[in-house]
Amino acid sequence: MSATVADTHAEHEHHGPVAGWRRWLYATNHKDIGTMYLILSLIMFFVGGVMALIIRTELFSPGLQFVNPAFFNQMTTMHALIMVFGAVMPAFVGLANWMVPLMIGAPDMALPRMNNWSFWILPVAFAMLASTLFMPGGAPASGWTMYPPLVLQTGDAFPFLIFSVHLLGISSIMGAINIIVTIVNMRAPDMSLLKMPMFVWTWLITAYLLLAVMPVLAGAVTMLLTDQFFGTSFFLAAGGGDPVMFQHIFWFFGHPEVYIMILPAFGVVSEIIPTFSRKPLFGHDSMVYAASSIAFLSFIVWAHHMFTTGMPLTGQLFFMFATMLIAVPTGVKVFNWTATMWRGAMSFETPMLFALAFLFLFTIGGFSGLMLAIVPADIQYHDSYFVVAHFHYVLVPGSVFAVMAAVYYWMPKWTGHYYDERMGKLHFWLSTIFVNVTFFPMHFLGLAGMPRRIPDYSTQFADFNSIASIGAIGFGLSQLLFAYNVIQCVRKKGSTATDAVWDQPQGLEWTVPSPAPYHTFETPPTSSVKTTFS
Amino acid sequence: MRDTKQPKNDDSKSLAGRLVFLAVAMFGFGFLLVPIYDAFCEITGLGGKTNSIAATEVATEVEQDREINLEFVTTVNQYAPWEFHSQVKEMTVHPGGMYEAIFIARNLTDEVKIAQAVPSVAPQIAAKHFRKLECFCFTSQEFAPGEEKEMPVRFIVDSDLPDYIDTITLSYTFFDTARITDNSAVEHGTSHVTR
Repeated sequence: MSATVADTHAEHEHHGPVAGWRRWLYATNHKDIGTMYLILSLIMFFVGGVMALIIRTELFSPGLQFVNPAFFNQMTTMHALIMVFGAVMPAFVGLANWMVPLMIGAPDMALPRMNNWSFWILPVAFAMLASTLFMPGGAPASGWTMYPPLVLQTGDAFPFLIFSVHLLGISSIMGAINIIVTIVNMRAPDMSLLKMPMFVWTWLITAYLLLAVMPVLAGAVTMLLTDQFFGTSFFLAAGGGDPVMFQHIFWFFGHPEVYIMILPAFGVVSEIIPTFSRKPLFGHDSMVYAASSIAFLSFIVWAHHMFTTGMPLTGQLFFMFATMLIAVPTGVKVFNWTATMWRGAMSFETPMLFALAFLFLFTIGGFSGLMLAIVPADIQYHDSYFVVAHFHYVLVPGSVFAVMAAVYYWMPKWTGHYYDERMGKLHFWLSTIFVNVTFFPMHFLGLAGMPRRIPDYSTQFADFNSIASIGAIGFGLSQLLFAYNVIQCVRKKGSTATDAVWDQPQGLEWTVPSPAPYHTFETPPTSSVKTTFS
Repeated sequence: MRDTKQPKNDDSKSLAGRLVFLAVAMFGFGFLLVPIYDAFCEITGLGGKTNSIAATEVATEVEQDREINLEFVTTVNQYAPWEFHSQVKEMTVHPGGMYEAIFIARNLTDEVKIAQAVPSVAPQIAAKHFRKLECFCFTSQEFAPGEEKEMPVRFIVDSDLPDYIDTITLSYTFFDTARITDNSAVEHGTSHVTR
């Protein structure tokens, strides 16, 4: 009798996805939700990219050519909001949804229904944000940092901006809670915390950062809302408030936010480099401590975004040295990745190429960050194109390259088919060349004094701006190759992937079949730690 | 299998509950940053904010041989229809002595307007050594249509002002307070304007 019960039970448990739209709208399966996050992120990447191209087209030559300054400012603001909240963050949440349960041997996320909510809030929030483009007064144009009093001059779009930020925050918080609960409660029986793969570790830390700072952003924008509509004076000097206080509260969120966007990238790279070096990750535990230190330090450096607001010398020194201190754990990570490759049997498939470019180019962005941390230098660099160059180096060849590396790395597991390796390599080389053509000249522009967020500029900046614009168009077009390659892989055009996909990769995700079945690890894996490297 | 999973679900719920609490607490912390910020600025004197209520007069010795150059800066906020300037651009003061400066403002509209002047002192560290006994910035000012007013500030620069400071800039920005409604004096004014 018990056998029959087990059979019907098994039949019930092993059902496939329901057909049609219900599969997606009512999705509770971590793989479906992860897929939706990744698709949303890809779409938003192209939407934000088109906005970037509008910006770069206008900046191709001095003078006003194509757009008026107000629309230009809307484009810079919307580009940033969409890329930060729409492209980079959902991409990493999507990767976490797909991979965290597979990597820790869990059957699904811990709170599947909340998972559904945290995804489906996003399209609503972005529809609301995008609708502001068609409102009287246009979309928000005060920069993604939403500094008052400027942001309070936003037209009808203002409350929609605030509410969409609220929704994005709620989505991130729910996603973070889900990831923490999954990692803490649902690991395979013999997987102790320090045996967790680095991607899982960095996501655990990221999720705590999200929980700690997204509510603070929600509070800050709520204060903007009440200042505008309910007569409070949090940031209005006339009523006794202080606009600089917004910057303090915003950057208390904003600086951990930049680590929210890079820590999962560190995790991805820490998975990929060992696989293609055929060696275990060098210094796994020190990587964990380094990531935790970075997360802790991210809370005490926020005012380095505000050196020009006027600050006593002691404050400037504290924030300068605290900021520079972050270079130490970051250096630990960079050297550990390098040491992982040392005497490894390296091969250079597309994910590895992206991971290596990440290592080089993220480090350049890190170095320009150190330059910006120097107070007297920062007073010169502040609000110049040097800052634009810096954060695009850490975000594009940093976070975005890591996402692409992760997609190439795990896509054969998701679809059961390899992507086109030659097209992947072409995509890599075009992206890497054009990303440098786009952003490297911006360092020179910034050092020469070109301000950011300006649609027009003096003629001495013309040459480097033209080069940057050509690079941007090249980078944008190269991404079509990526989209095409992904679509072909999803349509199962490539050769069939083996279960291991790569040459003896470590980790539980490679023990399930390719493509990963709809339900995996319904019984916990017996041994979570594979030691295939010898 | 069901049975072994059951306690995990409870664990998940209680952990999720604690994490939700953390998120709510951090939302509160965002608002708590406001009084923390104000207290921090008040204690350290950062931000260049001067006292917002009259300081009590204390007899202090005037340091006749130390001279501080005091400069006045007047700004009118973008949307405020006022003419606003100080009677003199700068004056020389001795620490410990009491002085008076006159600021003049004129309402350029034919409506009743309520103004609030917001002071700021540079260098910031001088702010807590700049004690105002009387100031038009302590309350909002009502202006009849076209009215011009002379408004005094009486102040003492403390003798414990750090030695390296020889120039202090006192800046006032004039705001139209029509949109600020949380202060009763101003509320009265707003209704006046709409009438």
